[in-house]
Amino acid sequence: MESRNGRDYALWSIAIVLVVLFALIPVLWLISISLKPPAELADQHFIPSSVSFDNYKSLFEGGISDSPFIKPLINSIGIALITTAISIVLASFAAYAIARLEFPGKRVILAGALAIAMFPPISTVGPLFDMWRALHLYDTWLGLIIPYLTFSLPLAIYVLVAFFREIPWELEQAAQVDGATPFQAFTKVIVPLAAPGVFTAAILVFIFCWNDFLFAISLTSSDASRTVPAALAFFTGESSFTAPTGSIAAAAVVVTVPIIVFVLIFQRRIVAGLTAGAVKG
Amino acid sequence: MEANTTPQPKASSRTRSERKLAWMLCAPAVVAMLLVTAYPIAYAVVLSLQNVDLRFPDENSFAGLSNYVTVLTSSLWWTDIFNTVFLMVTTVAIELVLGMAIALVMHRAIFGRGVVRTSVLIPYGIITVVAAFAWQFAFAPETGFVNNLPLISDEMDWFGGRFSSFAVIIMAEVWKTTPFMALLLLAGLVTIDDQLYEAARVDGASAWQRFTRITLPLMKPAILVALLFRTLDAFRVFDTIFIMTRGALETESVSILGYNQLISRLNLGLGSAVSVLIFLCVFLIAFIFVRGFGTKLDEGRPGG
Repeated sequence: MESRNGRDYALWSIAIVLVVLFALIPVLWLISISLKPPAELADQHFIPSSVSFDNYKSLFEGGISDSPFIKPLINSIGIALITTAISIVLASFAAYAIARLEFPGKRVILAGALAIAMFPPISTVGPLFDMWRALHLYDTWLGLIIPYLTFSLPLAIYVLVAFFREIPWELEQAAQVDGATPFQAFTKVIVPLAAPGVFTAAILVFIFCWNDFLFAISLTSSDASRTVPAALAFFTGESSFTAPTGSIAAAAVVVTVPIIVFVLIFQRRIVAGLTAGAVKG
Repeated sequence: MEANTTPQPKASSRTRSERKLAWMLCAPAVVAMLLVTAYPIAYAVVLSLQNVDLRFPDENSFAGLSNYVTVLTSSLWWTDIFNTVFLMVTTVAIELVLGMAIALVMHRAIFGRGVVRTSVLIPYGIITVVAAFAWQFAFAPETGFVNNLPLISDEMDWFGGRFSSFAVIIMAEVWKTTPFMALLLLAGLVTIDDQLYEAARVDGASAWQRFTRITLPLMKPAILVALLFRTLDAFRVFDTIFIMTRGALETESVSILGYNQLISRLNLGLGSAVSVLIFLCVFLIAFIFVRGFGTKLDEGRPGG
């Protein structure tokens, strides 16, 4: 590392610029078309020559009953938050048992979770479609929450087990020796140590639910429960003569920018979570 | 651990209560995981052996293996298998090379590592459908900036042909999923002892030799796990194709075929046969990785 000459700097700069451009161009492009006035949509320029917020206004026009976007946005946020909450509670119980207790079946549960992570969701879509219609779960929030829960649990369990294994659990006993009650030992010592891992798992589960498209288009049929990705696929223009490109781009920006900000704020945790358990040690 | 290493009769009641607690804690998660996998796949097998068409609900009957025969003798299934495997192999191969390059930049760059890590996380945070739209709009002949670039014909109709559509689909998939690959590879990269590189350098090994003789062999387990998860994920490709072509012009993947049979045509019997066959393909791919390449799954983790 001593030879930090100009050539090294130049090469690394090029590599870094390429990676950053690779990551950013599609996002900047979406922002660009979302800001183009309809007349300039087809100008093929990467940077808009004039800026208009009409596409954003049209998304929210008509309020909750007429807007094509507000209800799906509420569905997306609600379904993802509820799933995340349930998934994290169930996964925390299981991960605590796997990380801390000795019991037969531990490896079976981990192997099963892994198998489910590899399971093709399309194989369950048909049966779920049929069952949900019979059980009146078709086109409801619960009808999406249940499959999301199933497919997010392996991810949550693996991330939490990896984090929980790192927690120095002896501290709990040490606190009790120092006079803390078991409840105090748990809430004052263990909970703060476990919180970062739980939070990381929660972010990953939320992003998983937020991203799903297959279940969202297969198990919903209306704005009652259609989430944003599914709604985008069925977007239509203001009239049948205008292509919905501008509105789709604006909606895409609205659902993308908050997540990007969030991901960037918590990037260290997300990297730790995504790679948790990828390498032993 | 202590309860296991000291098998004293006294410990047994404690062991038993510990087991009971562990099972109680795991039960809800296990039930929730089986609810939407084990039962539906069993139900899919049952459906696949019947003629079930929701448009004609009175005509249900036992079909034996005829749905499977119909699927396996149709040219559509084999076209879709070709498409899916073609997309899977190309996407994962490009991602492996690109992901490795990005991982090396994140690991070795003498400055700007933070910027690189920050930017590769952006595609990860973006909805696949949104990414698909972004690339579709970029390549669309009417609105896109791509045809305006030098060296590319203004007239190029990317979505007018099978393999030009594939090119855009592959680009969108690679963009969206390379960050995950790069982060998994980086996690393997950081475990390699720097002293090995120093020793090799002293012995006169070139940078390329250090990469192929030290980095690659030592990273083999991490690479195989990353490849397995990405390969299975790529085999399920659905969102990007649905948004860009809806499977037109022979760009359909097996997941799109399953969706069309099940949800669009409401033919649950035929669609379930497709579902079960996809399940078997995924099982086969995992089997090849674990038995054929010796992928150590207990070092792995579910993909994000």
